[in-house]
Amino acid sequence: MGQAKDKKSGTVMVVGGGIAGVQAALDLTELGYYVYLVEKSAAIGGAMAQLDKTFPTNDCSL
Amino acid sequence: MRPRYIDADKCTACGLCTKYCPRHLVDQYNEGLAITRPIHIDYAQAVPATYFIDPEACLYLKHGTCQICVCTCQSKAIDFSQKPEEKELHIGAVIMAPGFGRVPDATLAKYSYGQHPDVMTSLEFERLLCASGPFEGEVKCLSDRRHPKRIAFIQCVGSRDLGCNNGYCSSVCCMYAIKEAMVAKEHDPEVEITIYYMDMRTQGKGFDAAQKKAESMGIKFVRARVADVMPWDKNLKLTYSTMDGKHSFEPYDIVVLSVGLDAPADAKNLGEIAGFALNEYDFCKTETFAPLLTTKPGVFVAGAFQGPKDIPESVTQSSAAAGLAAGLIVKDRGKALVHKTYPKEQKTGTDEEVRIGVFVCHCGINISSVVDVASVEQYTEGMEGVVYHAQSLYSCSQDAQEVLKAKIKEHNLNRVVIAACSPRTHEPLFQETLKDAGLNRCLFEMVNIRDHCSWVHANEPAAATQKSMDLVRMGIAKARHIQPLPEQTVPVTAKALVLGGGVAGLTAALTLAEQGFHTTVVEKEDTLGGHLQHLSFTLQGDTVSTVLGNLTDTVKKNKKIEVLTNTELTQVNGFVGNFSSVLTTTKGKKTTETTIDHGVIIIATGGREHRPEVVLGNPVEYSEAIVTQRELEKRLSGKGKNLAPKSVVMVQCAGSRGDDLNYCSKVCCNHAVKNALKIKALDPASQVIVLYRDMRTYGFAEDSYRQAREQGVVFIPYTMDNKPKFKSSGKKTSVTFYDPILRDEVTMNPEVLALSVGIVAEGTEEISKLLKVPVNEDKFFLEAHVKLRPVELPVSGVYVCGLAHSPKPVEEIIVQAQAAAAKASIPLCKGFVSVEPTISCVDKETCIGCGLCESLCPYQSIRITKDENGKRKAETITASCKGCGICASHCPVFAISMGGFTDEQINAQITAFGAK
Repeated sequence: MGQAKDKKSGTVMVVGGGIAGVQAALDLTELGYYVYLVEKSAAIGGAMAQLDKTFPTNDCSL
Repeated sequence: MRPRYIDADKCTACGLCTKYCPRHLVDQYNEGLAITRPIHIDYAQAVPATYFIDPEACLYLKHGTCQICVCTCQSKAIDFSQKPEEKELHIGAVIMAPGFGRVPDATLAKYSYGQHPDVMTSLEFERLLCASGPFEGEVKCLSDRRHPKRIAFIQCVGSRDLGCNNGYCSSVCCMYAIKEAMVAKEHDPEVEITIYYMDMRTQGKGFDAAQKKAESMGIKFVRARVADVMPWDKNLKLTYSTMDGKHSFEPYDIVVLSVGLDAPADAKNLGEIAGFALNEYDFCKTETFAPLLTTKPGVFVAGAFQGPKDIPESVTQSSAAAGLAAGLIVKDRGKALVHKTYPKEQKTGTDEEVRIGVFVCHCGINISSVVDVASVEQYTEGMEGVVYHAQSLYSCSQDAQEVLKAKIKEHNLNRVVIAACSPRTHEPLFQETLKDAGLNRCLFEMVNIRDHCSWVHANEPAAATQKSMDLVRMGIAKARHIQPLPEQTVPVTAKALVLGGGVAGLTAALTLAEQGFHTTVVEKEDTLGGHLQHLSFTLQGDTVSTVLGNLTDTVKKNKKIEVLTNTELTQVNGFVGNFSSVLTTTKGKKTTETTIDHGVIIIATGGREHRPEVVLGNPVEYSEAIVTQRELEKRLSGKGKNLAPKSVVMVQCAGSRGDDLNYCSKVCCNHAVKNALKIKALDPASQVIVLYRDMRTYGFAEDSYRQAREQGVVFIPYTMDNKPKFKSSGKKTSVTFYDPILRDEVTMNPEVLALSVGIVAEGTEEISKLLKVPVNEDKFFLEAHVKLRPVELPVSGVYVCGLAHSPKPVEEIIVQAQAAAAKASIPLCKGFVSVEPTISCVDKETCIGCGLCESLCPYQSIRITKDENGKRKAETITASCKGCGICASHCPVFAISMGGFTDEQINAQITAFGAK
């Protein structure tokens, strides 16, 4: 992880690295902001990473 | 920041350490159903793909012994000297997305959870079904590993249950239970599955259809309350009671508890640290018309913490929250971004000598334990064009990238072939290294000798090695013909067009304007507000006219927003970033046309109330006595006395869910409860009866449903086999229905019969033709991906929100509009659209202008134009081409080729396959 150039502005913190947090972080970087994505466990993905398939299409969750 | 005790730059995720780690640890990722080691990774695809050590279980960190992993790790990544770190960050905004928590085990105890191993939670069952789960996807009883013959699901465990203080509905359990039941049935078609439920709440887009499919697969749905589950011989005894008061019991091998979503365990703590309030259930407190704002300015919320919800809604909220945060600190946009720079790309001409470097990867022992890597590497010696070949232990490791860069320079390589794992996961990494070394990233070919050789032929090392050689030979043959492809960008007009001036369109326009983008809102009626103009109050008690008034005023005052009423979109040209649209305004007899240029389009054209003429087989003549819920709401919010009827019968799903429309409109149950509560507030003596199929008051609306029952509103279910009958003669209306508790037919003469009619799409087919975007069978727009791209349409630069996407309550519409605006502002912020180099390209000389490609392209990215001689020729719209190759594979004269997959390259590969 690199450090933001200007620590004071243009940065957003996202708390939680599940599907919601990851999506928010991705969109924010695309919108021109530096993001600190904070996750308490060792990997991002949250509950969705534990799912086998998703309703209703039964697509693989991972 | 807690340490991983592993250097992320060095760890290659080979997995050797886990194999040697001597201590066992319960695998939390598999819900405690499997065993892992203190040094491990949760699952193979985890991000970051770095192992970590559980300090509570590690023998060295706990007792100062062992350290076997240190000498096992070949890339020397173990680092026990890492210490916890604290960081202070200065940030402009916060998005809270901590997810949801677990329902306490005590709530599950009455179903023998914790006492019998074959009673399990839905998440445990999900792991059982999963190929990466404890039995590799085989469904077995945990008690004795037998295959279950009968499985029961119990719904609403820890939800809609005041016993555990979770009065709300968790909104996802009906769907995941259906999914798990269907997957279990696919695993073993003989297994009998029953789902015990109170209301089947499959209100989402396309969800009812999935439930019907489950029924057709033989999954049984029983409306009942489960009293308890007890061990019974080898099985489990499930006792339940049905609506008619009967008690029964059934034996099962496995009982799955469809456990709800609790508030996150650290919700209170987060609220205190960040200074925002929680609701009564410890979820984040928000308002109907500002669903993602916490009570603390600058702190936004998204996902299940805002209220239990599924994946698409979480994803939508996240994009919306990102857009709101971006609007808040728009002045600082781009200030903190770190841009990566690359050396100037060296020129690789077609006539230049081909100099290929081949790198064969061991992948630790993943490849080399089966494939003879040294022989594969030696095999390339002397092949045409190959000037360098080498092996690497992990070609994806950081130091291997440095070696790759050095070798490109040293041997003046202009093509790189890497024989390793899957391009799906690792191609971007190697292409990045090529760019760092000054090579075009398309001068790269990857050969997958892990998945295709060492993994699938693990027991045939000689054959696996031979196949690796074949694949490498083919890769080299293709590499001789690969050419650099340009990295193009297309400029973007930083303006937006929003179709529709209802709450969705207005909210989207405001979100775009807050980010600084000029937005034109087009409304075909002469007033703004759409559907919301007909509503007076919300279930949560908001006064709609005040909120809507404020919204329209804010929009009108915003200098970045131009509002055109009495206007429709009549023509669209162009593509993402470069649209040109004709808008036609009609005022009286006068029509004017305006042409505007814009980069993106948001469709927010809304829907309208359905007015079925036949409801459940009964012809309907609307009058003062037979009204829709919307008309009843209007009466109830009027002025004067006797607003509340003395007696009302409400009929749910009037015209919906297979009656006339095939889908559930998601809002009618809430609407009925809202009106019922209002009637009771106006006149507690008024008699209100609601005839329903499934009350779908999901989420926190469940509280209102319970409140209505407490206040004496009577809810009586009906089935499609026994529909309510009604007729009117003069002013008198009579309703006959079956009461399952009395077990008899009842006839009433209510003052008002209120029909809960659904919502239908409006004008979507015309827009679908104009913009070439698809609609589903119910005429609502079809999003690009139901889970992960819920507000984008398959055509780049076109987004959807509100009722045009599907029926939904106002709170969800606002979120969706904010999300669509956030997504739409991405190309506007960047100012350009990047074009993937691997896209289609038309040879105009050969093209005969037949138009087959244009009709087949799923992304509207190839079109027929006329050349200077007036001849029809196909042309790729590079900005939106996705490189799928459908056009190239169907072109009858081979005029279309795909970058990186030309006929020449593929033919060379095939010839090399036969060449030996």
